[in-house]
This record gives sequence, C-alpha cells and structure tokens, in this order.
Amino acid sequence: MSTVTLKNVWKEYGRDVVLENINLHVESGEFVTIVGASGCGKSTFLRMLLGQESATRGAMELDGRPMPDEPGPDRGVVFQKYSVFPHLTALGNVLVAEELGTTRVTGRLFGRRRREARERALKMLAAVGLEQAAGKYPSELSGGMQQRLAIAQALMKDPKILLLDEPFGALDPGIRQDMHELVRELWERQGLTIFMVTHDLKEAFELGSRLLVFDKVRHDPQAPGAYGANITYDIPLSHTTPHPSVYRAVGQRLGVDPYPSAAEEEG
Amino acid sequence: MKRLINQTPGAPWRLALGLLPFVLVLLVYLSASATRLAENPDDPLLPSIAAMADTFAEVATEPNRRTGELTLWVDTSVSLIRLGLGVGIAMTIGLVVGVLTGLIPYANRTFSPFVSVLSMIPPLAVLPILFIALGVGEVAKVALIVFGIAPFIMRDIQQRVEELPRELLVKAQTLGANTWQIILRLVLPQVMPRLLDATRLALGSAWLFLIASEAIAATEGLGYRIFLVRRYLDMELILPYVLWITLLAFLADLVLRLIVRVVFPWYRARRS
Ligand SMILES: Nc1ncnc2c1ncn2[C@@H]1O[C@H](COP(=O)(O)OP(=O)(O)OP(=O)(O)O)[C@@H](O)[C@H]1O
Ligand SMILES: [Mg+2]
Repeated sequence: MSTVTLKNVWKEYGRDVVLENINLHVESGEFVTIVGASGCGKSTFLRMLLGQESATRGAMELDGRPMPDEPGPDRGVVFQKYSVFPHLTALGNVLVAEELGTTRVTGRLFGRRRREARERALKMLAAVGLEQAAGKYPSELSGGMQQRLAIAQALMKDPKILLLDEPFGALDPGIRQDMHELVRELWERQGLTIFMVTHDLKEAFELGSRLLVFDKVRHDPQAPGAYGANITYDIPLSHTTPHPSVYRAVGQRLGVDPYPSAAEEEG
Repeated sequence: MKRLINQTPGAPWRLALGLLPFVLVLLVYLSASATRLAENPDDPLLPSIAAMADTFAEVATEPNRRTGELTLWVDTSVSLIRLGLGVGIAMTIGLVVGVLTGLIPYANRTFSPFVSVLSMIPPLAVLPILFIALGVGEVAKVALIVFGIAPFIMRDIQQRVEELPRELLVKAQTLGANTWQIILRLVLPQVMPRLLDATRLALGSAWLFLIASEAIAATEGLGYRIFLVRRYLDMELILPYVLWITLLAFLADLVLRLIVRVVFPWYRARRS
C-alpha cells in the first residue's frame, strides 16, 4: 500500500556529506523510530522523505515509483514547532485541511459541504482530545495541545505516511506519555506508516516497531564534513522490552548513557 | 540601586512623564509669545492661543469670501482623498508585488532587483517628472505618494513573507494546497496585519509627499493653504493647520492600530 525504498541515497550540501549511501526498505504499516547524534542528518532524512529536499545521489521510491519531489497530501508531517497555522483557531486548523485540495479557487467550503467538513473536523479534534479547545487560537493552547492539533490536522488528509520530527521534544514527561498513547492508538487504528525522529531512546524503543540508528561510520578529524551518516543499527522491535544489551549498544554508539537504570535493573 | 535599564516608572508616573515634554513645549511657547506680544501687540510670529483659535474657528465655520466654501473642510477632504488614494494604491501594489516576490522564486528573480533600484530613487526628485508627464492635477499628486511609499511596502511585505516559517509552507503543501491556495489561506492572512504595520510606518512619508506636491501645485488642500498664507507670515493660520494635520496623522495611525487589534486577535499574542 505504501512502501518506502531508498537505494544508495546520498545527501550533500556543497562539499559537506550529510547522509552517505543509505539503503532502506520500509513496509506499509511500520512505525520507524529514528535516533542519532545531533546534526547527523535525521531532519534532513525526513525532509527528503517529505519531498522538501532531494537526494543528491541514488533513488528514493514510494510504492515502487520515484518519490514526488515536492510535499503533497500523501505524506503528512508534524514538526517540533510551527506545525499549526497561528491565524486559525483549532477548529479552523483542522477544517482548513479539508478545504485545501477540495476547492480550487476559493480555498473555502460553503453551505452543506462546509457543515459536513465541520462535523468531520470536530470528530478529529475529539479523537485527539481537543473538542473543548475548538475555538481557541494556537497561542492560547499549551505545547502538548498544539502538537495534538498538528497531528489531528495531518491525519485529516488520510496520509499514507506520517513524518514526525521530534514532535514531543518540547513537552514535559507526563504529557509525553499521553501523546505516546495517542500516536500508538492512531497508528494501530489507521494503518499508517510512521517515521519519527526522537532524541529520547526510551521513546524510540517503546513506541516504534523498528528502530534506526543514524551515525557516522567514518570520521576525518581534518575534514568533519567529508563523511556522512549511515544507518548503523536497524533493530526490529517486538514490544516486549528489548534486551538490555541492545540499549547499551545503542547508547554507546551514540556516546550517551540513555537508559542506565532500566538496563541495570534487568541486566 | 538597580541598573537604569531595570527601573520602570509606576502607573501615575508613566502618564506624567509622557505629558511632561508637551507641557514644557507649551509653556515655552506661551512665555515667548507673551513676551513678544507685550513689546508689539501686532507681532505676527508667535500669536496668542486665543488668536489662533479665532482664526481656526473662522476657516472652519465661515464661508470663504471669494469661493463661498468652508476652507478648512474643503482643504481637509481634498487632502485626505489624495492621501487615501495614494496610500490605498500603494498598499495594493505593495501587497501584490511583495507576496509574489516573497513567495515565488521566479517573481523574485524578475522583480526584486528592479524594486530595490526603484526604492533608491528619491521620490521628490521625480516630482517634476510626474507634473510634466501627468499634469498638475490630482493624478500626479496621488502618483507621488504611490511612488514614494509603494517600494517600501513591497520590500517590507516581501521580507515578511520570506520570514514565514518554512514549516508552515511545507505543512500547507502536505494538506494538498496549490500555490494559489497557499497565498489565499496562509500567506495573505498572515501578512495582512503586517501590511497595516508597514502602512503605519509609511504614513509619515505619505504626508510628506502629499504636502510637498500640494505646496508646489494645487488650488486647495492642507499643504497648499500653509504655503499660500506663508507669504503673509500668517502664523495664526499656519500653526493651527500644522496641529490639525498632526491630529489627522495621529488618528490615521490609531485607526490602523485598532484594526490590527480587532481583526487579527492572534497577531499580538503570537508576537509576545
Ligand atoms: N540547508 C542546509 N545547508 C547546508 N547544510 C545543512 C542544511 N541543512 C542541514 N545542514 C547540515 O546537515 C547536517 C544535518 O542537519 P540535520 O538538521 O538533518 O540534523 P539532525 O540530525 O536533525 O540534528 P538535530 O538532532 O540537532 O535536530 C548538519 O550538519 C547541518 O549543518
Ligand atoms: Mg533535527
């Protein structure tokens, strides 16, 4: 239904290599979480999947066909910030997703079609727990509510693929847990393919069905831009707690001690 | 003692401090005027408040002996129409060109250098050309205002559009928007309050160009009147006219500010 395939994909900015020879095949319905050191190219990777940037070498395919080279409704996205339109209310933000693409000239719906779209929008807001906040502007919403709104907005289009770039990075732990439940529930119900970048290893392990670790394999101290990152670990996650050695290995790879207590307890 | 940058005046002081310069200027004027008038009651340079009020009331309420019109109101309406037309046209051009050059790379490459050069030309230097090409009627005066402020508005709007977070443009595309819908549903609504802000900043220049063109060639208008009576050193009329123009400029600014606050409630919230 929506497979993603990357063949020998490179990304370079001028002489700086960011991503190096990436090969990847992701099946429809996978939940891919991505971790890696800061600046190693995770956001760049997502922007390429989104069509916002193109590969400098190699081929990217969506369902066996070349990836469209501009963003479109088949790939939804939630950024860490600036994901919702500040000039529209919560309801307006979800409604606009329905209006864009259906109406060519005015960009607005009227009459019966508007009422129907409004119904759907309200349902979607309820699905992410924002029915009370329908009339509020994003600046009046908390960070977690804004991200939930962004997810609702992205899901209105029924995208095949949902791209999340540290969507919960700015949220505090309690709200984060709620968001995890929300995203997993939506993933299971809608059969989406999800790519999610995160800095939180625990989140990466618990949420996804497959974990990718991006890292540079080669380093040239004289020229830090000479080599790019690659996928150094590709771990299927079964949602039983992974073996502590896996945590430790990934943690070492990234040069952090991400989850020491859990690893120690079980190890 | 806290640093000066960390000291803020309390509520009553704020008002008092704001009024202070006005009161000072008024006092200086009153005393200077009183001194001069004491020496020579016919001194024209610094007329008394009462004399100015009389003259102002006269032009506001008594028909002109020659034309039979109420001078102040004719001058005001004529000037405001010129100003409104000029500013309105400049806003429209500025918005359209600014949005296009800010959003569409081809439009940017085509027009951006041209607009930059255009905005370097001193508008008043162009005034004679406008009078020669368009005649000394209304068109040339409106054209001067447009020429004077449209490039500024264009460049400001272009910059605001370029400053829109990339994420929002991408987001709109993932929701299926085409270029036109992105302009209509994302860029225009976000840029509108900024257009009003830019216009507020441009209003000062707009008044300058209005008064300059009226001073040179007109038969009525606020600027025309001031420069006409200058020949007779008629400070009794000039000073109230200047105050009147200042009041109008202040009100125009206030109206724009109120529109932004009422129509775009999200705008200030996001800024803070
Ligand atoms: N438009 C660009 N032009 C030049 N270099 C860029 C550009 N965008 C990103 N880079 C470089 O590419 C590298 C990867 O950036 P990217 O934002 O993808 O990292 P990241 O893995 O998302 O980091 P973080 O975890 O901090 O978000 C960085 O070294 C960055 O300097
Ligand atoms: Mg990033």
